[in-house]
Amino acid sequence: MTSTSNLPPGPAPLIDIEGLRVSFPAEGGPVEVIHNLDLTLRAGETLALVGESGSGKSVTSLAITRLIDYAGGSLTGGTIAFTDKTGHTRDLTRLSQEAMRGIRGPEIAMIFQEPMTSLNPVLRVGAQIAEAIMLHQGMDEAAATAEAARLLGRVRIADPARQLRRYPFELSGGMRQRVMIALALSCRPRLLIADEPTTALDVTVQAQVLRLLRTLQQETGMGMIFITHDMGVVAEIADRVAVMRLGRKVEEGDVESIFANPRHPYTQALLAAVPRLGALAGEPLPRAFDIAGVVSQPQNTVRHDVGPVLAVESLVTRFPVRRNFRLRARIHAVEQVSLSVQPGETLALVGESGCGKSTTGRSIIRLEQPEGGRIHLDGADITHLTGTTEARLHRDVQFVFQDPFASLNPRLTVGFSIAEPMLTHNIARGAEAERRVQALLREVGLTPEHAQRYPHEMSGGQRQRVCIARALASSPKVIIADEAVAALDVSIRAQVVNLLMELQSRLGLAMLFISHDMAVVERVSHRVAVMYLGQIVEIGPRQAVFNFPAHAYTKKLLAAVPIPDPTQRHRVMELDESEVPSPLRALSDPPIVAPLIKVGPHHFVARHSVGGSY
Amino acid sequence: MLAYLIRRLAGTIPVLVAVSIFVFGFVHALPGDPARLEAGPEASPADIEAIRKDMGLDGPIWQQYLRWADNTLHGKLGRSTKTRQQVAAVIGERFLPTLWLTLVAMAWSTVAGIGIGVFSGIRRGRWQDRAGMVLAISGVSFPGFWLGLLMIDLFSVRLGWLPTSGYGTWQHFVMPAFCLGIGVAAVMARFTRSAFVEVSQEDYVRTARMKGVSDSAVAWKHTLRNALIPVITLTGLQFGFLLGGAIVIETVFSWPGLGRLLVDSVSFRDYPVIQAEIMLFSLEFVLINLLVDLLYAAANPEIRLK
Repeated sequence: MTSTSNLPPGPAPLIDIEGLRVSFPAEGGPVEVIHNLDLTLRAGETLALVGESGSGKSVTSLAITRLIDYAGGSLTGGTIAFTDKTGHTRDLTRLSQEAMRGIRGPEIAMIFQEPMTSLNPVLRVGAQIAEAIMLHQGMDEAAATAEAARLLGRVRIADPARQLRRYPFELSGGMRQRVMIALALSCRPRLLIADEPTTALDVTVQAQVLRLLRTLQQETGMGMIFITHDMGVVAEIADRVAVMRLGRKVEEGDVESIFANPRHPYTQALLAAVPRLGALAGEPLPRAFDIAGVVSQPQNTVRHDVGPVLAVESLVTRFPVRRNFRLRARIHAVEQVSLSVQPGETLALVGESGCGKSTTGRSIIRLEQPEGGRIHLDGADITHLTGTTEARLHRDVQFVFQDPFASLNPRLTVGFSIAEPMLTHNIARGAEAERRVQALLREVGLTPEHAQRYPHEMSGGQRQRVCIARALASSPKVIIADEAVAALDVSIRAQVVNLLMELQSRLGLAMLFISHDMAVVERVSHRVAVMYLGQIVEIGPRQAVFNFPAHAYTKKLLAAVPIPDPTQRHRVMELDESEVPSPLRALSDPPIVAPLIKVGPHHFVARHSVGGSY
Repeated sequence: MLAYLIRRLAGTIPVLVAVSIFVFGFVHALPGDPARLEAGPEASPADIEAIRKDMGLDGPIWQQYLRWADNTLHGKLGRSTKTRQQVAAVIGERFLPTLWLTLVAMAWSTVAGIGIGVFSGIRRGRWQDRAGMVLAISGVSFPGFWLGLLMIDLFSVRLGWLPTSGYGTWQHFVMPAFCLGIGVAAVMARFTRSAFVEVSQEDYVRTARMKGVSDSAVAWKHTLRNALIPVITLTGLQFGFLLGGAIVIETVFSWPGLGRLLVDSVSFRDYPVIQAEIMLFSLEFVLINLLVDLLYAAANPEIRLK
């Protein structure tokens, strides 16, 4: 328990992990997933545990809390020396679960990735917080409830007394994560482990939660282990960084030196793959990521000599909310959205969850039925689908979804999945189709042999390439990519983004790129449309929108993006607790929609009040 | 909650109307003329016609249905073909024994089934789990009437502990209720176990453990409450099996209930009694499922509040 060599001199460590090994049972004997891991952390310090999927960072957190015992894994070596509130140092690997119950809660607390599923759906949030307080602090129910209300106030939840009586499903994702934080802090832990606490949240909510965590840490002086794959978040919050890969720590250091001077090739690759917002501030055109030392060039693929390949005019999609067979309200998912895409152009549709960006894409290809508006494909009006226009729509406009695993049929070979659109649209059959499948696989960076595989035999990145090949099978003119790279690890994400851009320049594809990730959007798009509460509040050339955002919401969205550079950390501690208003509206209360105002060349912005906040 | 209750109650009306049309239609679809049957072999055509009119079987079929439905709603169920007693009276005296039998069977099988399921779920993969599930498989596999005969042989004939048949004291309930409930208990145990195991892997169970909550509180407070939500739905459906099973079990144990009455009425083609009984069974099933829906809403705040 003396390996404090990584630490600058100072007080004794809060937790000192040495030679940790974790195994999971498997056919043919246990498989070790954490190999000889050393980590140390002092009170008041934040250690970021960074790595891509499968690096073992979450398993490490389960090992420290010994929740690993319930997940089927076991600690096969090493020590975890933890110093508790009384100054007692104990080896957590040797404690019984009975003894660990006294550690979990008052000494070590944890926040998980999924706020939507981490709270018990049948218990009121107040009861869930009070349970921990009653258990560890010997308070009665009334005192524990009062304390829970105080804690909710502390995580900036307005009207805590009322919120205590609500069930988790009545709260938004950001609110639930704040409830989780209140729960974690309820017994004043010495160590807080946060496992991807902001990954499932929108950027503006993520910024709120990160600031909240930092403030609370300063107030309480607790140590924090922050597990994340997002280097921007690391730069925002960490004091020190440990980079993990395949169950090993490959590099550790303070946050400034890791970012300024990464030593290990894996850390270097990880940092190179991180999209940095503002990287193309001086460049009007999209440019691919620089991968493995290849410096990309700006690409000019837009054709202005012809009309738009896809034009949408005043698209409206609303979802009725019925009760007792009567229409009671409507969700205004898409309100008067107008946009157009030139051949070879990428229009990014950005905004936060629930803003209507996906519904816009889905309405265009009629996965949802729009209520109003017109849609033109290559100059032809396809608003009212007939047999021929429908076939044309589904051939010329293709979709790539977020989750490549869920969008491939697990019982079919990927070759068949790619061939199916050709058979449906009578483009090719038999040997000709097979030849085209092989060509498409090569085109997306796979080999013809992959055609025989099933989706579960491929990695996430390969599966998304398959989905792209399938989208290309009918030789479409427009690709709608709905969060197509959001589920991928950063290094894979950069590769798939580059692939999409390469295909665009080779095939002259128009793209509607739906994304919440502003840094990726900066890379790929020629123009950007920002959506808020079902409306486009700003649309224009990417450079203009990013460099000179005209709408308050665009500014807020851009400001919330974490910057992967610890020297530019958001120093301002202003906490914003506002919630996005609901797109659910009474029948008698239609939203205000007005034409956008021109503020620059091809740059338009909403000047009317959208949803009351802007 | 009140609005939910009213909505659910309203929802039962179409079900009952559909069942009544079916029950009414079934007598008409059968070969033979109920009026001729009623009148007996020596009746003159004029007598038969008079009886037909008396039974409400004249006029267009929709009028006949409406008349019948109206009578049924007012408790005028006609007379038994066999005994000439009022159907309402016949059914009335048989109703309570069956109600008690099914309720006792339902109660023990639900409690035992959920108990065994939770126990197996907590000890999953260990011998206690396997033992519980072997018990459950056996429970579904043994036909209730066969088990009943074996039990009569052992407990009544050889040991003399329990009465072979009849109705009255709690001893009379033991064997019929056990045989009737065993299949339901087994299905409930298996279903509860799988629901429990599924919920144990939820993130919020991990959250509860991370709070330092004891294993038993994790099981009973956090896991079971969520696992019960699908189990509650199953309970309502299982009640249908119980009503069906009662027909067989009552015959085995000479239980003076509706099940045996139904068997007797079918062999005598006592149509008014059959009609009334099927209506009653449907009503019971619908009401139990209404109760289940309310329980479901009580257990699941998302249903209750939306």
